Amino acid sequence: MHELSIVMSILDIAEKELAKSNAAHIEEIELEIGELSGIDMQAFDFAWQQAVKSTKLETADKIVTHIPGEGLCMDCETVFPMHELYKPCPVCGHHFITLLKGKELRVKSLVIN
Amino acid sequence: MCATCGCDANASSSIKHIGEHDHGHDHSQHHDHPHSHGKTIIEVEKDVLHENNLLAQRNRGYFDAKNILALNLVSSPGSGKTSLLERTLTDMKGEFPFYVIEGDQQTTRDADRIHATGTKVAQINTGKGCHLDAHMILHAVQGMKPVENAILFIENVGNLVCPAMFDLGEKERVVIISVTEGDDKPIKYPDMFHTSTLCIINKIDLLPYVPFSLDKVKSYARQVNPALEFIEVSCTSGEGLSGWYQWLKEKVPVTETV
Ligand SMILES: Nc1nc2c(ncn2[C@@H]2O[C@H](COP(=O)(O)OP(=O)(O)OP(=O)(O)O)[C@@H](O)[C@H]2O)c(=O)[nH]1
Ligand SMILES: [Mg+2]
Ligand SMILES: [Zn+2]
Ligand SMILES: [Zn+2]
Ligand SMILES: [Zn+2]
Repeated sequence: MHELSIVMSILDIAEKELAKSNAAHIEEIELEIGELSGIDMQAFDFAWQQAVKSTKLETADKIVTHIPGEGLCMDCETVFPMHELYKPCPVCGHHFITLLKGKELRVKSLVIN
Repeated sequence: MCATCGCDANASSSIKHIGEHDHGHDHSQHHDHPHSHGKTIIEVEKDVLHENNLLAQRNRGYFDAKNILALNLVSSPGSGKTSLLERTLTDMKGEFPFYVIEGDQQTTRDADRIHATGTKVAQINTGKGCHLDAHMILHAVQGMKPVENAILFIENVGNLVCPAMFDLGEKERVVIISVTEGDDKPIKYPDMFHTSTLCIINKIDLLPYVPFSLDKVKSYARQVNPALEFIEVSCTSGEGLSGWYQWLKEKVPVTETV
């Protein structure tokens, strides 16, 4: 369950940002999670519930933007939606693919007061 | 805050340098905030793994500077990581200075096996954690003080999922799969095969007894990572190990010997 350590890192980032400001509360946290980031959302939500208890994120609204995977075929240069790492290019069938999107795991923004 | 490295990850792991004193430290942090009113939006735009990646880069810089070949060995539980290391450290004894970092949730059993080969080893117990991270490696390496031009094996926690996300600062990642695991592992756990450069297929002595196709496993793995290399071995019979030893020798950065 690396989701727990991911949540702990998010908490760490959020608390550091809060500490740099003059605010006391986090109202909202916006996250970007890519489809191919290796995060299992069910495990993530479960870990979140456990980890944010009695922290600055306990009452914050969590907004998650899911970023769909996107691959670039290195053979024919097609850009295509990529939902699994093992799927070939839909045009030429080759597997030399560069991931353009889908690996994101970011804290995008915080709303604090 | 960790005084030694300036990082402040929440470390619940412990590092034991086998055959030496114990080492560990606490990390804690505390912040106070004056109250104020009015909403502010902070555009954080920060990678969640940022902290880990920074420390991994730091480890990598250290390894590069000392010309150390650091390899991150990953696999499911029981694929044969420790067995491969035992064989390697015994068969290649004296050819290079070797160091091993063992990652397990509990016990020093694997480190004890490595220690028995006469190799310097540190055991990291991750407790509930299911992977090693760059911070743990930083501290383990600080305690080991490896010499230059060495080979450092990092045996990750047996788990094909989580260790894929955490860069340790290694030069290469080596994924080990054994023939008793099923040849569709690479597409069931694609991340690990995607991020590795070498795949060792272990326990080939058992091929006659299990339904496992070498061709299939390679073709599945190449779907995920067309550049992946393969070496087939048996740690029990020793078959194929010379190919692995050759691979290692070719990877060691050549320097002028003084
Ligand atoms: N038949 C056979 N058994 C092997 C081979 N290599 C390892 N084993 C056995 O597989 C079991 C697990 O080996 P380990 O080396 O402990 O595996 P590991 O990957 O280090 O395991 P964890 O650290 O628990 O994840 C042991 O009982 C080994 O004796 C092999 O090539 N052939
Ligand atoms: Mg082991
Ligand atoms: Zn995990
Ligand atoms: Zn194509
Ligand atoms: Zn530290």
